[in-house]
Amino acid sequence: MTGEGRGGWILIKTLTVLVYIFMFAPIAVVLILSVNSSRFGGFPMAGFSLQWYAKLFENEAVVRAFHTSLWIGVLTAVVCTVLGTMAALALVRYEFPGKQWVNALIVGPILVPETVLGVGLLLANRWVGLKPNYGLLLAGHILLSLPYVVLIVQARLIGVKRVFEEAAWSLGANRWQTFKEITMPLIMPAMLAGLLLAFTISFDNVSASVFWRPPGVETMPTEILGMLKVSISPEINALGALMILITVGLPLLGGAVARLLIRRQTATNT
Amino acid sequence: MAVSVLTAGERRRPWYLLAPTLLALIFLLLVPIGIMLVYTFYTFKTAGVETADFNPGNWHEFFTDPYYRGFLWKTARVAAITALLCALMGYPAAYCIAMTRFRHKWLLLLLLIVPFWISFTIRTFSWIHILGEQGVINVTLKSLGLISEPLQMLYTEGAVIMGMIHFLLPYMILNVYVSLDGIDRNLVSAARSLGCTNWQAFREVTLPLSLPGLGAGLLLSFVLAAGSYVTPQILGGRSDSLFGNLIFDTIMRELNWPMGTTLSVVLLALLGVVSVIYSRYMGLSTIFKGLSR
Repeated sequence: MTGEGRGGWILIKTLTVLVYIFMFAPIAVVLILSVNSSRFGGFPMAGFSLQWYAKLFENEAVVRAFHTSLWIGVLTAVVCTVLGTMAALALVRYEFPGKQWVNALIVGPILVPETVLGVGLLLANRWVGLKPNYGLLLAGHILLSLPYVVLIVQARLIGVKRVFEEAAWSLGANRWQTFKEITMPLIMPAMLAGLLLAFTISFDNVSASVFWRPPGVETMPTEILGMLKVSISPEINALGALMILITVGLPLLGGAVARLLIRRQTATNT
Repeated sequence: MAVSVLTAGERRRPWYLLAPTLLALIFLLLVPIGIMLVYTFYTFKTAGVETADFNPGNWHEFFTDPYYRGFLWKTARVAAITALLCALMGYPAAYCIAMTRFRHKWLLLLLLIVPFWISFTIRTFSWIHILGEQGVINVTLKSLGLISEPLQMLYTEGAVIMGMIHFLLPYMILNVYVSLDGIDRNLVSAARSLGCTNWQAFREVTLPLSLPGLGAGLLLSFVLAAGSYVTPQILGGRSDSLFGNLIFDTIMRELNWPMGTTLSVVLLALLGVVSVIYSRYMGLSTIFKGLSR
């Protein structure tokens, strides 16, 4: 490499390191401040303490919000994975008129701003004479997550050769057996990824959830948003740190499990 | 596929598989947008009450009142600045990841995906600890004796833009990375062997070939920034609200549904137009390459 090229490369590398620092510094600061014993949520550090974590578990509003988010997230993830996989199968394995339109409709919720999705669904709910309720919140979260699950499963399904399925049919398996025995194990990593992503999207959503939550009900992010209006308390840092640990830990765990599954699969296949 | 003759049942099968998803999208996306369009022609009486008398009053108010135009212009400006800064910061990083000989490239990519898992609200408020009066920057500068009064960085437009860049940068980097990664390295070698400098080879070969990814990143950043309202709410001051905040306040505080839906339709139309222009030149599918990996 020429001298000129190396100088440029070092500059690019430095910029990249700075970008990664930019991405992770604020997150690191929340983790650090969560164990700060000071009564105020900011710097300077006063000492090490886990008291704010303990306070958190006594905070009923937070615990309630956590339960709400957990249930909505689990339901959203399960529903989206089932519906998304079905839709992906149709889009990858079949040719039919209007496929382009279906594809465009499926990515629609990603392109429409969340505020507009929030207003639209809330208005539709009001139109049929209902007050905001858990059903609305769940339906909304499904709307937000479904496109991503379809895209992920679709991407994986394209890579799965059709001959495996055809072999199963020719050996007398029906569609469901073929799916259960052949296709599903092959796309399992994508389905798991979709499941986790749908859960994360639901668990994390705030921009649209503020429109959909029933009166008096908070999800985790809307609860945090409400807490921020009062002041930056050390409890919020502990809550933030806890959520970072959970939301980073879960997908990493899921990824590890998926990798293990693939390895076992290839081991039994050979 | 070893073509078998399609029976009527075969032909209907994809529709059975798609039915739940399509019904969900029709009833949760299309129908609500339709109702919103109708609602823009209703008349606001008092908080939470409106009459269905179909007149273009809301639209007239929107187009004649400079208040709304100001919001729209400001939102477009902030979103454009955010998208451009994202591109400036993201391109070198994406280039570095795509070209590096580092063995554990997957780790660099994984680190970009990790922020997607971390709660958006938490990532946003974490900036308060950097920019705030008791934040890292002010506390450091103060202890170094460089300033005596804390700098006002939080609750400004700059803080809002910073928070949005933090949220959007991974989208930008992944999109550019995908298109850089798809470039045939032999093209760059060929340019080099024909006497180009590294910089010329980059400018003539790599950069043009990576434009679809860059364009996708810019579009996505612009659309998401323009639609945001939580970031301005947490990091912005009273004067730093964007169009999304205007919509939220109109509907949730004033309960003025007709005007609120009018504003929502305007935002939808604005971002729709941007997306359509983009997809004419680039093809919409490029956006989702980066997302579905």
